[in-house]
Amino acid sequence: MLSIKNLHASVEEGAEILKGLNLEVHPGEVHAIMGPNGAGKSTLASVLAGKDGYEVTEGSVDFDGKDLMELETEDRAKEGLFLAFQYPVEIPGVSNINFLKTALNEIREYKGEEALSAKEFMSKVREASKVVELDPKLASRSVNTGFSGGEKKRNEIFQMAMLNPKLAILDETDSGLDIDALRIVSDGVNKLRSKDNAVIIITHYQRLLDYIQPDFVHVLADGKIVKTGPKELALELEDKGYDWIAEEKETV
Amino acid sequence: MGYTEKELAEDLKEQEYKFGFTSEFESDRAPNGLSEDIIRFISAKKEEPQWLLDKRLEAYRVWREMKEPEWAHVHYEKPSFEDICYYSAPKQTKKYESWDDVDPEMKETMKKLGISLEEQQRLTGTAVDFVMDSVSVATSFKKKLNELGIIFCSFSEAVQEHPELVKKYMGTVVPHTDNFYAALNSAVFTDGSFCYIPKGVRCPMELSTYFRINEGGTGQFERTLVVADKESYVSYLEGCTAPMRDENQLHAAVVELIALDDAEIKYSTVQNWYPGDKDGKGGVFNFVTKRGICERNAKISWTQVETGSAVTWKYPSCILKGDNSVGEFYSVAVTNNYQQADTGTKMIHLGKNTNSTIISKGISAGQSQNSYRGLVQINAKAENARNFSQCDSLLMTDRSGAHTFPYIECKNNSSKIEHEATTSKIGEDQIFYCKQRGIDEEKAIGLIVNGYCKEVLNKLPMEFAVEAQKLLEISLENSVG
Repeated sequence: MLSIKNLHASVEEGAEILKGLNLEVHPGEVHAIMGPNGAGKSTLASVLAGKDGYEVTEGSVDFDGKDLMELETEDRAKEGLFLAFQYPVEIPGVSNINFLKTALNEIREYKGEEALSAKEFMSKVREASKVVELDPKLASRSVNTGFSGGEKKRNEIFQMAMLNPKLAILDETDSGLDIDALRIVSDGVNKLRSKDNAVIIITHYQRLLDYIQPDFVHVLADGKIVKTGPKELALELEDKGYDWIAEEKETV
Repeated sequence: MGYTEKELAEDLKEQEYKFGFTSEFESDRAPNGLSEDIIRFISAKKEEPQWLLDKRLEAYRVWREMKEPEWAHVHYEKPSFEDICYYSAPKQTKKYESWDDVDPEMKETMKKLGISLEEQQRLTGTAVDFVMDSVSVATSFKKKLNELGIIFCSFSEAVQEHPELVKKYMGTVVPHTDNFYAALNSAVFTDGSFCYIPKGVRCPMELSTYFRINEGGTGQFERTLVVADKESYVSYLEGCTAPMRDENQLHAAVVELIALDDAEIKYSTVQNWYPGDKDGKGGVFNFVTKRGICERNAKISWTQVETGSAVTWKYPSCILKGDNSVGEFYSVAVTNNYQQADTGTKMIHLGKNTNSTIISKGISAGQSQNSYRGLVQINAKAENARNFSQCDSLLMTDRSGAHTFPYIECKNNSSKIEHEATTSKIGEDQIFYCKQRGIDEEKAIGLIVNGYCKEVLNKLPMEFAVEAQKLLEISLENSVG
């Protein structure tokens, strides 16, 4: 589904952050990407989603047979790439409902599907809000405006449930969540997992991976994936930190 | 009616033939420039009573002594008043030979606004039979208003048919001495709208100039007078979202609203005059004086969405004369490219327990300049007066400007005045967030801007609000930078 080969990216007219990153993601898989601060985790999410301010200098990203880097940001979303933001953005005066309806219908139009009727849309909203136990009132409030940190993160997963992406990238979705909210958000993601979609979880902490069990754990350091292992690797990292990997690499 | 729609249609057709042969003084077009003779000519053409001619001449004499105001935050080359033709009738001439000649860009814009083809042709003046089409609508509409005793007609018609009302109220809110452009308008106005709602009547429909556009069209020096008698209610819509190309560069209109005891007037405007091209060439100068007076327990609510004109100079105001009267001003002003807008309101509190609300949303794109200018004045006798003002500015580019000039004068210490102001730049992060959800940049800006203006758009009548939303999106296409 996603095939990243030798990806190099830098901030515009600045330092190189990703230095030859490789990653293969198949349908049905959950990948966790961990790593120290400044390793390039969030840059990877931004580059994949198509945020301005980054320049891809080398390498390729194939997303279901399409050259992802050639697609406009919105077309990547329409192709089924979803980014759950680390810091969800507030849009005052625009209701969540209106926002999602616009998004959903844009995506449907791209796929050649008819726009949903108001009734179909609302029943989808009810279903999706159950996934993350979202207060239906939040659905009619302005996008993220005045939401608590936990509500914002829940709202991201609610949107994911609404848009039903092929590939979801969760960028530090666990940051700023208390235990209860973490459980609710994780449960939500688990409910949305299927054999046809995939999830990339970017996180600092092993904690989230207790709830969402990954198939693979990757360590991202200095712009590259330096180690890949099963879910147990996350526990080891929690225990020993990241330095030993660098040492291990040197001895190799 | 002496003059039928059919005859008008014939006249319009004939107008084509006459084109280019109508410059003689005796014809329907006055020579350029302004003098007492020209004013007498206009008045005579319109068969006006002596008192109105006297008013015009008085205004003209005052105007000659006045200087153009220069305090607004706008820069432009002053129009030459000697090069203007002050009378040319009828206004509703064909601007294009055929539908194929209409600027494709303009067609595209109208399509985006969701204007029907028939309406598009009417607006561009390429369909003559539009007059016939709208007759039935206008007629049934008029019949209903007649039954309720509501008068809604052109200003000229009102002068002929209801001189006592015009004489009683005209110039009582905006006297001809008020300012340079109001004086000019008072001297040379050619037409406009008149509306009277009798005591205790609630006008059952939105009164829109749309229904009487075939009776004269909008003029360069328009004059509107709305009188709501005691305990009556009216919602009045001015303007239209369709792009209006007009060769008249200067527009100096006067609008007067009179709300008698316990009456309410809602006045909504969508202004989309030609703003000039991308380099700031051309475009309409829109210098408008709008003011209303509220008697006891009365309410006047101004709502405006301003997206057009090269230069806008406009302050719809309320004189809260009666006790417990209420004034409201809700405004969205969008400027793009080289447009300049200096707009806001004046709330003059005279009566006790008077209440005013001001919500102003300015959006500046391109290299435009957008200013809010407002006055809240609490006079000595205005016990317990209240005002709440909120002025927000949104910058779309770093080359555009947003300015706020709020004036507060308070002479009664029992009053409460609140003022909030914000300036923000449209967030790249907001746009990215929308794009990541599959919404392209243009739609994203539309969503964000409409969200920002929601409080004001909500005040517009439903149908108007939908059009205004689309208009905002179109006005701001390719505007982020």
